[in-house]
Amino acid sequence: MTAASTTSVFAVEGLRCAGCIATLENGLAKVPGIGAARVNFTTRRVSIAHDAAVGDDTLQSAIQRLGFVAEPFVGEATNPADAETRRLLKALGVAGFAAMNIMLLSVSIWSGADGATRLMFHWLSAMIALPAVAYAGRPFFTSAWAALRHGRTNMDVPISIGVVLTCAVSVFETVTGGAHAYFDGATMLLFFLLAGRFLDSAMRARAGDSVAALLRQTAPGGHVVGIGGATTWRAAAELAPGMRLIVAAGERFAADGTIELGTSSIDRALLTGESEPVRAGVGDAVLAGTINLDAPLTIRVTAAESDSVIAEIARLMATATQAKSRYVRIADRASRLYAPAVHSLAALSFIGWMIAGAGWHESLLIAVAVLIITCPCALGLAVPIAQVVASGALMRAGVLIKDGSALERLAGADVVLFDKTGTLTLGRPVPAGALPLDVAEKAAALALAQASRHPLARALAAALKLEGVAVASAHRLIETSGAGVEGEIDSARARLGRPGWLGGAASGETLVTAFQLGDGPVRLLRFHDSVRTDARATLDRLHSLGLPASIVSGDRAAAVDAVAHALGTSARSELDPGGKLALIDGLQRDGHRVLMVGDGLNDGPALKAAYVSIAPSSASDVGKTAADVVFLGDRLMPVALAVAAARRTMAVVRQNFALAIGYNVLAVPVAIAGQVTPLVAGVAMSGSSLIVMANALRLRNAAR
Amino acid sequence: MIGLAILIPVALGLGLAGLAAFFWAIRSRQFDDLDGAALRILIEHDGPRPPDDDGVDINASR
Repeated sequence: MTAASTTSVFAVEGLRCAGCIATLENGLAKVPGIGAARVNFTTRRVSIAHDAAVGDDTLQSAIQRLGFVAEPFVGEATNPADAETRRLLKALGVAGFAAMNIMLLSVSIWSGADGATRLMFHWLSAMIALPAVAYAGRPFFTSAWAALRHGRTNMDVPISIGVVLTCAVSVFETVTGGAHAYFDGATMLLFFLLAGRFLDSAMRARAGDSVAALLRQTAPGGHVVGIGGATTWRAAAELAPGMRLIVAAGERFAADGTIELGTSSIDRALLTGESEPVRAGVGDAVLAGTINLDAPLTIRVTAAESDSVIAEIARLMATATQAKSRYVRIADRASRLYAPAVHSLAALSFIGWMIAGAGWHESLLIAVAVLIITCPCALGLAVPIAQVVASGALMRAGVLIKDGSALERLAGADVVLFDKTGTLTLGRPVPAGALPLDVAEKAAALALAQASRHPLARALAAALKLEGVAVASAHRLIETSGAGVEGEIDSARARLGRPGWLGGAASGETLVTAFQLGDGPVRLLRFHDSVRTDARATLDRLHSLGLPASIVSGDRAAAVDAVAHALGTSARSELDPGGKLALIDGLQRDGHRVLMVGDGLNDGPALKAAYVSIAPSSASDVGKTAADVVFLGDRLMPVALAVAAARRTMAVVRQNFALAIGYNVLAVPVAIAGQVTPLVAGVAMSGSSLIVMANALRLRNAAR
Repeated sequence: MIGLAILIPVALGLGLAGLAAFFWAIRSRQFDDLDGAALRILIEHDGPRPPDDDGVDINASR
């Protein structure tokens, strides 16, 4: 493997079977420049080790040729969340080992071993339990200690106190030759709690920092024209208003500016989400982060890096996180009530028995039994197990949930806002109807289309490749800026470009291109950005779930109203990122909980500010990282599925809470009465946990 | 009591061996893709095995 190799990760859609894994891994390995590919079927991702020279575009099209749709995955290939999950898994293994072996010894004690045998078994249990608790309990101890040091309390405080106190009392009992040691209870407690923590951690997102991703979108720098016409490369941070920049075709603008020289078309998809390139000439404004498509331009910088529109969006996003950070997860809300209740209950039992004259030793044993019985095994599992099962079901339906709180917030949303371009629509031009070309023309058109970076040419090439058209060999390919591509195919002249350039009638339509082979007729090829096929059905389903939908778009009013009319919904158009943000803030001040569905960079602040947000996997990196949920594919229905599944999940979570509390209501009086032996505690603990797990498994088909 | 002196260490030793195997399995990333592992036994491997997630070739000696 060469030194300049790197690893890229793609989210892949359409992975269904072992054959898919083999096709993808073996197929990619044959592509020049790719060292190896490894599919992770669980997360539907493929990580590709490749030469640094091979770009994401190349890898993406290589995956597409193998018959899969892939989107670059934002974030690190290896990340701290993985390490955390692995640590919890190890702790879980240790706790499981200890619990099982101590249980083995405890069963003998329960079935009648006493005297020297019981004493020896208690000592053995202590020898297994103490190191195991010290190792497996660390996640709880460190978190509890951190909370206490800051004068707060969390779920881990009663857990830690319970486990430590139980072990201490059990050691005392062992040393003094007492009848009951609770080592089995302490380790089993840790085992069930760690299971909950592991599940919660396993579904946590591995998304990178969205603001950092945003700033990566801008060019690192540009060529500045100095005195006498010589150009020097300057980093983006060094650019200042008044400088003149030369931007080559295909390059990103490093700063906002106005065009001084040249005409070109500009891909503003990053900022507006619009697929259609915009023509720009002398005097027009250009924005950092957009791409110059056709011809070199000279621009005069009007705003430096930190004042550019893209930097402004980054700032909006950084401040727009309040709704989410204010959200308190349901498990944390439960633990706020739970911790004081448990502690006062245990303390009251101790005081009560002291007053009743039971002696401090017996009173303490009863108080510890209360702590063990009330320890939140079922409560700790109630939320994560339901969320893991539901997110697994959603993943099979093509919806990736970034973390558990996203499901909780999704269930609470009561109004939904859609971006138009790229969200309600596919966000890329597709041929409107069948292409009016014969076989020879298709082969020639593909040869020309491949030679251009123009979005319509790329759309045409993609459509023709999908049909399985074999490419003709073309010579003397020339791309004329703002006009089209021409070349020679079998000594016949072929042209693909603007209808006016080919002598056709220049209509008012924008998403249209023309093609001519030799002296044949001029063929008009029409494209449109079509609305996702099930958009109407999705909006209807959302409406039946009680979520009225509305469109918020940065696009022109005419284009937005057409889509809104077709979908029978209301719309707000020509909104800039700040406008969308203000709209959402206004709704949320009125007590609404907004579900934002969007894709572009211009939706970034809105996605961040909304109570919960969803992005398609074709969204910009910023959109994907800012959103809580990402859905794969060309269908919109996963949005409605996710909401429905989230609501079902929360119903199961509430049932689980009811089960866990019901168990406590039954078991706590027994413990306070002093009737809980280690055997009773063990049965009660595992019984309630199993019931909660069984209930959560009902969510396996939640994504329907 | 003689039986216990033999059987308890044996039971604990087996348990510890299981725990050690579990730790090894975590370290060699066998729990990273459980659904995939279930499917991979169905793939016929013609050539050398693909490298693992680190891009480290399993076939090469470590």
